[in-house]
Amino acid sequence: MGLAKRIIPCLDVDNGRVVKGVQFVDIRDAGDPVEVAKRYNEQGADEITFLDITASSDDRATTVHMVEAIASQVFIPLTVGGGIRTCDDIRRMLNAGADKVGINTAAVFNPEFVREAAERFGSQCIVVAIDAKKVSAEGEAEKWEIFTHGGRKPTGLDAVEWAKKMVEYGAGEILLTSMDRDGTKNGFDLGVTRAISEAVHVPVIASGGVGNLDHLVEGVTKGKADAVLAASIFHFGEYSIAEAKQRMTDAGIEMRL
Amino acid sequence: MSEAKKSTVAVIDYGMGNLHSVAKALEHVADENTSVVVTSDPSVIDAADRVLLPGVGAIRDCIGEMHNTGLVPSIRKAMAEKPFLAICVGIQSLMSHSEENGGIDCLNHFQGNALFFGEQHKDHDGSKLKVPHMGWNQVKQTIEHPLWKGIPDNARFYFVHSFYVVPEHQEEVAGTCDYGLDFCVALARDNVFAVQFHPEKSHKDGLQLYKNFIHWDGKP
Repeated sequence: MGLAKRIIPCLDVDNGRVVKGVQFVDIRDAGDPVEVAKRYNEQGADEITFLDITASSDDRATTVHMVEAIASQVFIPLTVGGGIRTCDDIRRMLNAGADKVGINTAAVFNPEFVREAAERFGSQCIVVAIDAKKVSAEGEAEKWEIFTHGGRKPTGLDAVEWAKKMVEYGAGEILLTSMDRDGTKNGFDLGVTRAISEAVHVPVIASGGVGNLDHLVEGVTKGKADAVLAASIFHFGEYSIAEAKQRMTDAGIEMRL
Repeated sequence: MSEAKKSTVAVIDYGMGNLHSVAKALEHVADENTSVVVTSDPSVIDAADRVLLPGVGAIRDCIGEMHNTGLVPSIRKAMAEKPFLAICVGIQSLMSHSEENGGIDCLNHFQGNALFFGEQHKDHDGSKLKVPHMGWNQVKQTIEHPLWKGIPDNARFYFVHSFYVVPEHQEEVAGTCDYGLDFCVALARDNVFAVQFHPEKSHKDGLQLYKNFIHWDGKP
């Protein structure tokens, strides 16, 4: 008996549609976000993450309406990320029904924003998203660095130190994406997941690289993640949330069934 | 022909944000004779049939805003006379005192304190536990209560908190949870019920608890 590990399907939303992850060139349409969220809710998802990858700011209003529609029908936690740069952005999403917001690039350029947001809205709703890439060479001690702009721009920031700093500034949870693995279907980068999970006292969500259910299991057993996030393996019916939970349970991981 | 009496659930808005999901969840389970109103107006709270006290964020702001908005008398009045449900930081605000923010005096409806899990919180086997306690954990129902109706014992509810309540009177504990230690997650006395978890985020069982509240006559 105890706290269950969480499975979180992620909806990457562009122009009002769920699409395959950011890293994919051949973007495939995976449906209407509200319908997709309802389906995952019925399948037993523990939370839902809505990632707005729309480029133009005109479509932000669409995002707010979708978050409202999801929050009115789906009674599990909802995290909204993408384009969160100011406290007004956070307030808008929380008022629309989001429970947490994901702050990514804005935290890198202005760490004080995380502190301000946590003080204003409470750490419980501030998720700091970290995009990390391995920068150590084969045979060296492992080292990961923070990258921005979809993994294209290095920042010189050490990923583990950055995670610790963000927690100190008030992050209530860390969403860690391995940019090396994102979209590869080769599994999480377990090294960075474990290094960060052991370095901070807040929950860590592993993301990037899930290709099968064993990858989800490893994220928890080897990566020490508190939650695992995946997109494409669920979107196109390869696996259901229930199948994922069964596999985790069979591996001895506590799940909400 | 007489119309069925319309009953009102007031969700108290004292400026601590995000009441959308609480109101939506109540509306989702409300029948046509129940209306849900989010309000900061004492007269609306006084006139309501049932009152829900939500809470997010830090306790200092929570208690501070309750006083700033002048809603404390209405909250106390509601707790004295009608079905009343407090959730999350709401349960902590009903205790005597909280350790959070350097120590804050609370409403003292339930005697006891809210304590911090601590950043070095450990499981029974000595392994590290994350704080906040975030996610789905099992709730053991320690008493029979109308608000537990239709909810299986040890059902999982969604939690997100770093402080937990320790009541002085064990007979007021309605539910417990295990996270490194066995702690109280539900309190009940007369017409007041309070929970640490978020029913509005706890899927079917959470909605069932709200449904039970909407039909509760305030008797234990």
